[in-house]
Amino acid sequence: MTTAAAVAPSPVLEVRGLSVSIGRHDLLHDLTFTVGRGERVGLIGESGSGKSLTSLAVLGLLPEGARATGSVRLAGVTHDVVGASERAMASVRGNDVSMVFQEPMTALNPTMRVGAQVAETILVHAGRGKRPGADRAAVRQRVVALLDQVGLPAPAELARAYPHQLSGGQRQRVVVAIALANDPELLVCDEPTTALDVTVQAKVLDLIVRGVEARRSAMLFITHDLPVVATVCERVLVMYGGRIVEAGPVAEVFTRPRHRYTEGLLGASDLEGARPGKPLTTIPGTVPPAGAFPEGCVFRTRCRHATAECAAPPPWSSADPGHGHACVHPAGGER
Amino acid sequence: MSAQPAGPIDPTRVAGQPRVRRRPGPSLVVGGSIVAAVVLMALLSFVWTPHDPTLVNAAARLRDVGDPEHWLGTDKFGRDVLSQVLVGARTTLFVGVVAVGVAGLLGVPLGVVAAMAPRWVGETLMRAMDLLLAFPALLLAIMFSAVYGGSTLVAMIAIGIATVPSFARIVRSGALQVLSTEYVLAARAAGRRSWGIGLRHVLPNVSSLVIVQASVAFAIAVLAEAALSFLGYGTPPPTPSWGRMLQESQELLFSAPRLAFVPGLAIAVAVLGFNLLGDGLRDRYDPRLEDRR
Repeated sequence: MTTAAAVAPSPVLEVRGLSVSIGRHDLLHDLTFTVGRGERVGLIGESGSGKSLTSLAVLGLLPEGARATGSVRLAGVTHDVVGASERAMASVRGNDVSMVFQEPMTALNPTMRVGAQVAETILVHAGRGKRPGADRAAVRQRVVALLDQVGLPAPAELARAYPHQLSGGQRQRVVVAIALANDPELLVCDEPTTALDVTVQAKVLDLIVRGVEARRSAMLFITHDLPVVATVCERVLVMYGGRIVEAGPVAEVFTRPRHRYTEGLLGASDLEGARPGKPLTTIPGTVPPAGAFPEGCVFRTRCRHATAECAAPPPWSSADPGHGHACVHPAGGER
Repeated sequence: MSAQPAGPIDPTRVAGQPRVRRRPGPSLVVGGSIVAAVVLMALLSFVWTPHDPTLVNAAARLRDVGDPEHWLGTDKFGRDVLSQVLVGARTTLFVGVVAVGVAGLLGVPLGVVAAMAPRWVGETLMRAMDLLLAFPALLLAIMFSAVYGGSTLVAMIAIGIATVPSFARIVRSGALQVLSTEYVLAARAAGRRSWGIGLRHVLPNVSSLVIVQASVAFAIAVLAEAALSFLGYGTPPPTPSWGRMLQESQELLFSAPRLAFVPGLAIAVAVLGFNLLGDGLRDRYDPRLEDRR
């Protein structure tokens, strides 16, 4: 495993048996994973696999009506996120754990100056718990410093701008500044670059990684962009149908995928294998709607290798939930 | 924090996103001008009126419009109509401010709370609002006047209370929309508690709805005051009010119709002005109407 995890044995995030359901639909099923101190973990899968819901569950931001069981523990937080009150979670969010959202066009309040929105995050946690109270001038200075850190030009003037005056990339930089404002132990990024221009994506990605590294923060990075995971993350979790189907170091999972779903994902994003006139590789079928996943292996309805054996839930291949797969017919030979 | 945000930011803004300052629509211009005129009349009446509006002058009774001394004539007591109209504008504005103030101060927080509180609390509040909506505003005002004595203030508080549901409804639906946005989720993810979200994120984003509703409610209040004064429940004599001028003109409707015509026109134009202003503000601020332009 990574050196960071070896140095600090207690993980920043520890998820055990997390299941989430809305009504009669099971959306997340028995998730178990950890994120070590300073570790960068990717969470990949198609849309509808439950990636975003997992990230929201980590912050205790599940939508109304969702029922969660299991446990989500964060370093430095005495209570379990699952079942915690909104009041208890308010002092955790933005402080111990924070989040970068996908859509920079809607993640900022249109009626507030962006500087005020960064300051808000600092001020709501000032004087709470480990943080000292803050005076206005110091906060203003920190806001400008943060905006400068995320590479915004003329940060002092820009702090007085309203969101609609900024471009998408600039807004996402502000969102990152807000997320990093209180030096969180864990930064959750939900597809932070998907909505941006390709040219801007790399820059924003780079500043997120630098920001996280400078703070020695851990990161849970959700995306369906596999090359991004390969460059940013150390470990990767592959999700499908609300389950983790494969987990392991990025180098290993991406070069020698075991689960047939991972293999399909990698095949679909292999642009070097694409030739003009030849159809692109795809995973057959589409992600079924919530509640319509098959019993047993959730992927078996779309899997070329599925047999009758797959009708029973496939066991996890190893004792370590952070390294293994749940496939009866793994790629690259038998288990 | 009174900056000119457009100025220093311009160089850093990406191309292809020019900021277009829309020209105000005709209803905004006309409505705004009429409302401004009413305000000016009220302000003018504090420093200057052609005559004392309450001065009874037996020698100058029932002068016609165009009289060199009394431009809009005099009523049956010889009081100057123009002076009464000017001072009456004060009453009109006072009436609107009180009614809209009461409705807004109660209705806006109720709407926000109904949107943010647990579902059953919100539903209960809104059903209570529906109940209040079942009472005709004028009936409520007459009841209040009967219980607490007739005065403009009492009548307008009643009108304000009767208008609370419309504010609460509009604010609640707007607030529900705001609460489902990603920036509210982001604020929660940043550790904002519900109070902070309500005050900093929800209220500013529903304020345009409130402004529009306020201008419409203002018009309703002006009409209500006129109706109540006409019935004898509104502004007591001798305070000049357009509604009471209308009432007093009743017995002379055939011999001196101008006495009804002048305040009637003032009421009609003022109400039209407030409605146009509300319409214009909605056109300008309601994003849902954006693509229809």
